[in-house]
Amino acid sequence: MSNNWEMVIGLEVHAQLKTSSKLFSSSPNQFGSEPNENVNFIDSGMPGMLPVLNFACIEKAIKTGFALNFTINKYSVFERKNYFYPDLPQGYQISQFEFPILTEGFINIDNGQDQKKIRIERAHLEQDAGKSIHDIDPKYSFIDLNRVGTPLLEIVSYPDLSSADEVVNYMSTLRQILMYIDVCDGNMQEGSLRADVNLSIRKPGGDLGTRCEIKNLNSFKFIKQAIEFEFQRQIEVLESGGSVEQNTMLFDTNTGETRAMRSKEFSHDYRYFPDPDLLPVNITQEQIDKIQPTLGELPNQKLDRYISELKIEKDISKIIISEKENTKVFEQMVNDTEVPPKLIASWLVGDIFAFVKENNLDVSSLLEKTKVIVELLKLISDDVISNKVGKEILPQVLNGENSPMEIVKKMGLEQVSDTSELEKIINESLQDEEENIAKFQGGSDRVLGYFVGKCLKASKGKGNPKLINELLLEKLKK
Amino acid sequence: MKQSISQIKNSLKKKSISVEELHDEFFKKAKLNYNNAYNLITDKAQNKSLINESQKRYDNSNSLPLDGIPLGIKDLFCTKGVRTTASSKILSNFTPNYESFVTQQLLNNGSIFIGKNNCDEFAMGSSNETSHFGPVINPWKNKNEPNNNLVPGGSSGGSAAAVAEGSCVASMGTDTGGSIRQPASLCGIVGLKPTFGSCSRWGIVAFASSLDQAGPLTNCVEDAAHILNSINKYDFNDSTSSNHKRDDYVKDLNKKFEKKIKIGIPSDYLKDVSQDILNQIENAKKVLSQHDIEFIDVEFTTTEYALSTYYILAPAEASSNLARYDGIRYGVREKGENLDDIYLNSRTKGFGDEVKRRILIGAYVLSAGYYDAYYRQAQKVRRLIKNDFERILRDVDFILTPTTPNEAFKIGDKLDPISMYKNDIYTVPTSLAGLPGVSIPSGLSSNGLPLGIQFIGNYFQEKKLLQLAALAEKELAFNE
Repeated sequence: MSNNWEMVIGLEVHAQLKTSSKLFSSSPNQFGSEPNENVNFIDSGMPGMLPVLNFACIEKAIKTGFALNFTINKYSVFERKNYFYPDLPQGYQISQFEFPILTEGFINIDNGQDQKKIRIERAHLEQDAGKSIHDIDPKYSFIDLNRVGTPLLEIVSYPDLSSADEVVNYMSTLRQILMYIDVCDGNMQEGSLRADVNLSIRKPGGDLGTRCEIKNLNSFKFIKQAIEFEFQRQIEVLESGGSVEQNTMLFDTNTGETRAMRSKEFSHDYRYFPDPDLLPVNITQEQIDKIQPTLGELPNQKLDRYISELKIEKDISKIIISEKENTKVFEQMVNDTEVPPKLIASWLVGDIFAFVKENNLDVSSLLEKTKVIVELLKLISDDVISNKVGKEILPQVLNGENSPMEIVKKMGLEQVSDTSELEKIINESLQDEEENIAKFQGGSDRVLGYFVGKCLKASKGKGNPKLINELLLEKLKK
Repeated sequence: MKQSISQIKNSLKKKSISVEELHDEFFKKAKLNYNNAYNLITDKAQNKSLINESQKRYDNSNSLPLDGIPLGIKDLFCTKGVRTTASSKILSNFTPNYESFVTQQLLNNGSIFIGKNNCDEFAMGSSNETSHFGPVINPWKNKNEPNNNLVPGGSSGGSAAAVAEGSCVASMGTDTGGSIRQPASLCGIVGLKPTFGSCSRWGIVAFASSLDQAGPLTNCVEDAAHILNSINKYDFNDSTSSNHKRDDYVKDLNKKFEKKIKIGIPSDYLKDVSQDILNQIENAKKVLSQHDIEFIDVEFTTTEYALSTYYILAPAEASSNLARYDGIRYGVREKGENLDDIYLNSRTKGFGDEVKRRILIGAYVLSAGYYDAYYRQAQKVRRLIKNDFERILRDVDFILTPTTPNEAFKIGDKLDPISMYKNDIYTVPTSLAGLPGVSIPSGLSSNGLPLGIQFIGNYFQEKKLLQLAALAEKELAFNE
């Protein structure tokens, strides 16, 4: 029955900004500290405490503005969003409302073959709230204010998304960009990136339906599950003759279901008004201009360059650009050597990533090893060792046991490219092979492969296959 | 006759009195708390080391500008390790672990705090009757009804009464719509509200952030200049603090103006005022005219809107500023079945009626559907009021007005809020414009009660403003 319905989705993504201190206080902005460790008098809402804007957050917003094709507003205003909750010590959240710092942006997402433009209405800076913990004690709730005042950029898309896959695609593209420009660490498990999903359904071409907002989703899996469940739920409501109520929903990660948290009738009146403790933010063209050069290459720009300049296959390029760390490792190697980028790329996404995965390492740990990897690859591209030997000794190289050359020498694995030595092997291999030689000369090319294999085996895998091939041909054609 | 800070410092320098003797003299008077001007009086033991250090500096002839001077501090300034209540039940058990910027400056300059002065709850009031710790009594009595206790004005009523009764040399107050100038006027002392942005709001319990400003209540203009020298500093931690160069307000205080100055008297302020009040203005005009000062009639076009504008904007900000008093992290928490009950009970019992009234007004004018009609409109009118002042201050150097429309009234006399709000009719417009204003005592009413006049200057022109106030003070000879 879902064939008759289509979904219309807009996303509000909350990205925690990667700054050393909070949006309006000098407390450290970091995850994983002891409860209430990163809390000062401002964060805990003590009487008479005043916010002071951390300009680093404005810089991160400007950076995001460039990366997501936004209009960067030179004038923006922090307002107070008033509501009571124990993890909101001031009794209000400082956010931007009427005058956000960024308006009208977009990104393109890659839908397999073609690209789809997703328009973004606005992005504004705001404070995160603390955490209420209800499941430690049967009687008491606990409050951890570490997260209070953490800078967030809320990125609000237009309802341009029409499937769960598209939403995930949009969000992962966004995540990738934010990580590239060093605005957000992208760690969804730690809550650095979370999304609220606004979903309504309609018949194709029909009017927009009533939307429900699913709050606070922090994994791609949950986003997908929540959207699919909510889609079916709304269909069932409408098909059974009911109407969708405009509700705020919670997604239960245990059951995979959404349920209403509060309806519109009970929605808060946040009583926004400009925060009188803060002046409006006025940024100059010079400040904006200063940020642009710090942006670096964006993922799609890198992808284009890898394909057109470095001549790397699209699929491999995509794997490399998927994480910024990958590109750092890759580019460090490319810049270090004359080894063809294509060889580096295929080794990186192949055996090297496999090694990293098997040993539970971070890709970034490779940054210290790019020199030896490049040495190894150079041995291969210079025909000192074969590809096969390279694969064999890679773990030793990555474990830092010895330099690649030393390993090769120690183990006697150098590729034999000495013509006279190879000729000797070839001569020996061709003994008692009159029949096969005659077959080759009679036109059967397949026999050549048999001879190459035999010679390689005789060389204990060290013979240079290319040279063996050439020498064999020469010999057999006589 | 009370001694000025300079005179006291001279005595200390000459060793005709020690810092401890000075302290004890004021401390003993404060201890009586005769007029309920104090919510807390600092133990002598707590001040002992400060007294000793101060004495040492006098002994070594390197005394600080306010060395050893006993001050009162409005109980709205957070003082480290000393209970700070904002005269509210909800903060009646609150002791901050930090010192407000302004009081820190006063400590840095050697002064010693006698105690925390009573005030209206969260500085909301014009008579000091909204305090959880009871009303403050004006040291002055109506000569025709000497048995009645009168209000000292508010919200810095405790500060004004303390200075007037002589239990501290000066007191730090705060002014949001007249809370320094109005009580100073009703208690016959000097009250200065500096330009918004002069003195940091960091560590002052917030009432209305866009209006709150700290300032001194003193016996004389020169003392106000001494205090201002200490507290008027840029503070990075207050985003609305102005980073301009500060003057030395004591230096050249009594110097003559180099050129003829013009003072505007707003005719619209003087409609419907009593003869007592009119006399103050006429008298000031008379004595100052001998000093090459020209008086010009000016007229505001926005005065009638000022009070309503103020009573939209100030409660709006207050409704949000007071949201943090929820009984969760500090302050008094009342029991409740669930979270909402705890909030409800703590705030219902913790706040007094006037505070609750303003929170309700504030929440209302900010709520969806009413924001544009009230809050946004009031912001626009505030801008017009500011423009109005700027227009008039292009033609004149200062503006002279009465400080209050009436003398001190009986405690319990003004029960309806509107007639209470009208007390600030001459001080509120200046606050909305952010301009500096100083009230000095100008004479006595027919009931023998002090009345004040207010001089308003241009932005950050406190130096000239105090020069004028000092001249008027000398000519009016109120203290003699």
